[in-house]
Amino acid sequence: MSLPHSLFPLGWQHYLLGGTFIGGGAGLLFLMTGRVGGMSTVFTSTWSYVVRRPFFQQPRFTASSRWRLVYAAGLVLGAAIWWLGFTDGTPLGTRVPAWQLLVGGFLVGYGARRSNGCTSGHGVCGMGSLQWPSALAVLTFMATAFLTANLAARWLA
Amino acid sequence: MSKPMNKTLALPRALSTLAAGMLFGFGLAVSGMVQPEVVLSFLRLSDFGLALVLGGAVLVAILAYKGLPRLLARPVLDDHFHAHPSFWNRDTAIGAALFGVGWGLCGVCPGPAIAGLGTGNLDLLWALAGIALGALVHGLRAK
Repeated sequence: MSLPHSLFPLGWQHYLLGGTFIGGGAGLLFLMTGRVGGMSTVFTSTWSYVVRRPFFQQPRFTASSRWRLVYAAGLVLGAAIWWLGFTDGTPLGTRVPAWQLLVGGFLVGYGARRSNGCTSGHGVCGMGSLQWPSALAVLTFMATAFLTANLAARWLA
Repeated sequence: MSKPMNKTLALPRALSTLAAGMLFGFGLAVSGMVQPEVVLSFLRLSDFGLALVLGGAVLVAILAYKGLPRLLARPVLDDHFHAHPSFWNRDTAIGAALFGVGWGLCGVCPGPAIAGLGTGNLDLLWALAGIALGALVHGLRAK
């Protein structure tokens, strides 16, 4: 088996192409509006519509809640274009159990907000603007994600 | 704080934001990042694709964030380029570590949890609900 095939059993081109689009989306947002857009803030900024506590009413959330929702709607539309235009249209699903999605999701949401960024905020935007704290955050979550995913494969499968 | 140059630019700004999100979401879908199995196979070291996705995205983002302010005095639809500084402190470290535990457990991060809905994957609503709850609890506990 060749090296590219053993590293990338499903091929590598679509990964690079997808990454270019992701960076291109962040780049287009910056070009047009000057904004730096990670994805996890939308969860806090959307809660600012209904939760009156001072933390949620900070200008950085209230002033960005609308465009972040528009950006999120774009994410759904862009993925839908791929689904309807480039696949046979069968809805995707996952074999990861619901409880794992819910509990894992909870930690993802809590952790991303506490560290002020996720795979897109620290990963794409933070590293994309060459900020070392973001690179450290990425190394940290890659390490704990690697450990968790491998332990889960052993214990939960 | 962003002070819109001009109220009449609100619609063009919203449309560009939507278009930017669409590119981002299309990329997440093409690259398989909306499928938890693909993310988990990276974390279990059986498919290194995610490294190409992140690497490719970061390279393009570097070109944008570092290049555009040198080429243009301001973005097309606002009066200045924003900066979003990141910090390293206890919250960053603990938050990132917990984020990783959750990500390794479910294979879903915030972008794909949202984008994945566009692929008809309703299972991801569980992850989306979890993320929204996590963000709520974080905000309620924060100072």
